Amino acid sequence: MDLSRSQTRQTIITLGLLSGALILFTGAVGMIAAFHEREVVNDFITLGQLVLLITPLIFGYTAANRLGMAGEAPIVALGGGIIIGLLTALPTTIMLLFNSDEFRFLLDWSLRLAPFVAATAIAWRMHRQNAETLTVIGSWLLVAALLGIVTFSLALIFEVKGELRSVLVNINRDWVDVVTFDNRRELLTGILVFSLASVLAGFLGSLCCYVPRTPRRALFYGLSVTLLVGAFGETVRLVLQENLERDTLNQLFRRDTLRQNAALGLFVFSTVIGYLWAAFGDQARQGFQNLGGQQVQTTRMIGTVLFVALLLVLPWLIGRTLSDVAVTIGLFVLMGLGLNIAIGLAGLLDLGYVTNYAVGAYILAVMTSIGPLGLMKGVFSFWMVIPIALLAAMFAGFIFAVPVLRMRGDYLAIATLGFGEIIGKLAISDWLKPLIGGAQGVQAIPKPIFLATELKNPEQLYYIVLVACLITLFVSIRLNNSRTGRQWMAIREDEDVATAMGIDTARAKLLAFTLSAATGGVAGAIFAAKVGSVFPNSFTVFISINVLSLIIVGGIASNPGIVVGAVVLIGLPELLREFSDFRFLLYGALLIMMMINRPQGLIPTKIVTHEIRAGVKAKAAAGD
Amino acid sequence: MFKWKTDEFSWVDFTIDVLRILIVLAIVVGSWNTLSEGRISFAQWVNLFIAGLSQGSIYALIALGYTLVYGILLMINFAHGEVFMAGAFSTVFLAEALNRTGFLNQSPVLAILLMILFAGLVSMTVAILLERIAYRPLRGSPRLVPLITAIGASFFLQYTFRGLYGSGFKAYPQVKILQGALQIGSINIPTVQIFVFASALVLMFGLYWLVERSRIGKAMRAVSENKEVARLMGIDIDWVILFTFGVGGFLAGSAGVINGMFRPQGVNFFMGFIPGIKAFTAAVLGGIGNIPGAMLGGLFLGVIEAIGPNLVLAGLGIPGANQLKDVIAFTMLVLVLIFRPQGILGERLSEKKA
Repeated sequence: MDLSRSQTRQTIITLGLLSGALILFTGAVGMIAAFHEREVVNDFITLGQLVLLITPLIFGYTAANRLGMAGEAPIVALGGGIIIGLLTALPTTIMLLFNSDEFRFLLDWSLRLAPFVAATAIAWRMHRQNAETLTVIGSWLLVAALLGIVTFSLALIFEVKGELRSVLVNINRDWVDVVTFDNRRELLTGILVFSLASVLAGFLGSLCCYVPRTPRRALFYGLSVTLLVGAFGETVRLVLQENLERDTLNQLFRRDTLRQNAALGLFVFSTVIGYLWAAFGDQARQGFQNLGGQQVQTTRMIGTVLFVALLLVLPWLIGRTLSDVAVTIGLFVLMGLGLNIAIGLAGLLDLGYVTNYAVGAYILAVMTSIGPLGLMKGVFSFWMVIPIALLAAMFAGFIFAVPVLRMRGDYLAIATLGFGEIIGKLAISDWLKPLIGGAQGVQAIPKPIFLATELKNPEQLYYIVLVACLITLFVSIRLNNSRTGRQWMAIREDEDVATAMGIDTARAKLLAFTLSAATGGVAGAIFAAKVGSVFPNSFTVFISINVLSLIIVGGIASNPGIVVGAVVLIGLPELLREFSDFRFLLYGALLIMMMINRPQGLIPTKIVTHEIRAGVKAKAAAGD
Repeated sequence: MFKWKTDEFSWVDFTIDVLRILIVLAIVVGSWNTLSEGRISFAQWVNLFIAGLSQGSIYALIALGYTLVYGILLMINFAHGEVFMAGAFSTVFLAEALNRTGFLNQSPVLAILLMILFAGLVSMTVAILLERIAYRPLRGSPRLVPLITAIGASFFLQYTFRGLYGSGFKAYPQVKILQGALQIGSINIPTVQIFVFASALVLMFGLYWLVERSRIGKAMRAVSENKEVARLMGIDIDWVILFTFGVGGFLAGSAGVINGMFRPQGVNFFMGFIPGIKAFTAAVLGGIGNIPGAMLGGLFLGVIEAIGPNLVLAGLGIPGANQLKDVIAFTMLVLVLIFRPQGILGERLSEKKA
């Protein structure tokens, strides 16, 4: 398959502009400046700079790969990498010029000229396509007028407001510092440095295509391990702190960042390991596959036992701060597994899952609190209330499910979203204030007590969450293969056909909602006990969206997928504080990208993958 | 209305009927109590009604975007509330600039027109990009897929604008000519409410003309009727869909400016979420896919939201009833979805679409 010259040009320009737009966007929403706060390798590179360099690298690699596959000469592919580097720097450079005092006139002029240029370009294109003269003139006038309104308004805004950053808050000095590599004073030098770095990264990216496979993979492993360890330096240090001497630690880290020689050592080490894996990994995998069924099972068993053992000792390995994160992840695993029954198995898109979480939390709060709002101070312990919270959440799930049983798809989603909002508003209202405290919430919730020890540390609470997760996981795996589970899957695929097969859809759906609510209640109760107080602000639509995202990203109906999804989506933002501001921005982007490119999720189940393929095939056959 | 099945007893129907009776009882008892106490005078009721109408006309403008898209693609553009936010949030800077130069109070008509156009164009751009980038690749996939994409897009847009403009609230400046009030007997109608209602009417009339009278409107109706046949008639489907998103976006953006003039508490990145759900309620209320229905549904929802808490909830002895305004709206949504998913004016809604 050979590409024509115009296609080659188009590939390079599209990818380059995409990469440039990405860099400008991340800068304009403040991501680059925020990530700059985190050093990956001490005094060498920060996370923000890494984003600036990795983006052209990846796009350069993609372009060269695509062009190389299409049979273009290496020189074209490498040239493509360089052009992509340049195009990556272009939008940000323009913004830098607009932002500076000396080149501000460029902004004014481009705002003045843009309507005419754009209108002429569109009209010219129409003229080339043999449109009627009157239509061409009409379109020119229309486009010029509409764009003119926008640019006039923009010019007015910037005229009155002065600097760009009084409107676009993140086009500020910090951002300029990062993208010019600390050359704010000599802007042109800064732009030169930035462009050169970007071109170099693009070129290296395209060069990577021509490195043989084994060393390329080795380099990839080495680089990613080093950068990940560097980026999560704080976390890694916390883990090592539990197990290493202080002096050794200080040789590796300077405060929370990797020292340069430590990074170099890690890079060399992981590259060597990566090389060995890339060279001999296939053989090992082959060997494993050649083993008999009995041996594979034994290996699996040993793996599972080791994994469970690791989970059991985890709090001692990772220390207090990380245990706290682990508890949060566990709560979301719990909710994810629960919501998965509704969304994943039965295909009921429930956006009001926070309802169950809130019910569980408030039940525990009101029943055990020793504050003024506690109903039976000291009578009930945490352990007695957990089943009550579970039942209450199931009851709430049941009550809210009955009205929506007849609804399908998007109507169901919006109705449940409405329920979530209703619960939120009720929790904060004056009406229920005597009962659950309104905006002040419920305070003074005692910690759970187990065998006369108060479980007040995250390390101890971790075990409660772990047990709850394991039980839920077990139930969930069993449900997957049960008769009910199959009924749910039938409903997910086609409700009408399921009814025709004799499935009582109302009953099955009700069961799905009720069961899925149960874990939400438990998660809410544990959350309330962990925090020690309950506020209505904790129960927003964001909880529901969090849970939904982790299910979608991990893989719908896939239990391991949900665990991975929770670790990635909940754990990462907790560990990388710079991330957490952009959490929902990234979730949103992730949801869109997953739906377009990989709707089955990261760790899909076989059935779902198969169904999605079959659906696509059926659509193709129907010519839709 | 009550459909008792003779052959078998369906407990779902039974529960829903019980729910229906309970709601009717609550409304009757609440209204009876309020009206018999007479705490709120007739003039106050009229004021509430008119305030509800103007709030409702904003919902109607947003609801039109949902309905237009649903009519053509049978999909709920969940991110439409964020399209509304995009226009409103971007234009607040223009409003400030116009205010600082004094233009806003010198020739308010021109200034507000500029703001509406600017907001409309910004929202239009956002809506078009959304369609082009997020929704077009998914056309024809299972129904949950575009919905989840739309949820993702909604949060992506919210936090993009938070990143661009900051997370604080920004208020639209006050316009002098909208400050006064119109006195009719004992009824006092703020000018701003008249302005909101009138400009919404103008926009809706414009849309009606566009859809019913213009060439592209004819194409839109044809595409919503049957895509394949429309394609055979030589209509560029992609362009029509893009145009529909654009028109919906324009209306939402202008609604953003009108809303900004009307509600002084200001705009921020999260402002589109709740109005988005409410406008969706309005669209369903009027019959989704039905343009006059969306207008009617919006006005209806606005009025219910204004009167409901004072009439029903206060009558039931619930303190702070006005805090529960949103609860009324969302309950309304659920009730409509349960009892009349085809909406007030929805006639052509088949089982497949519901």
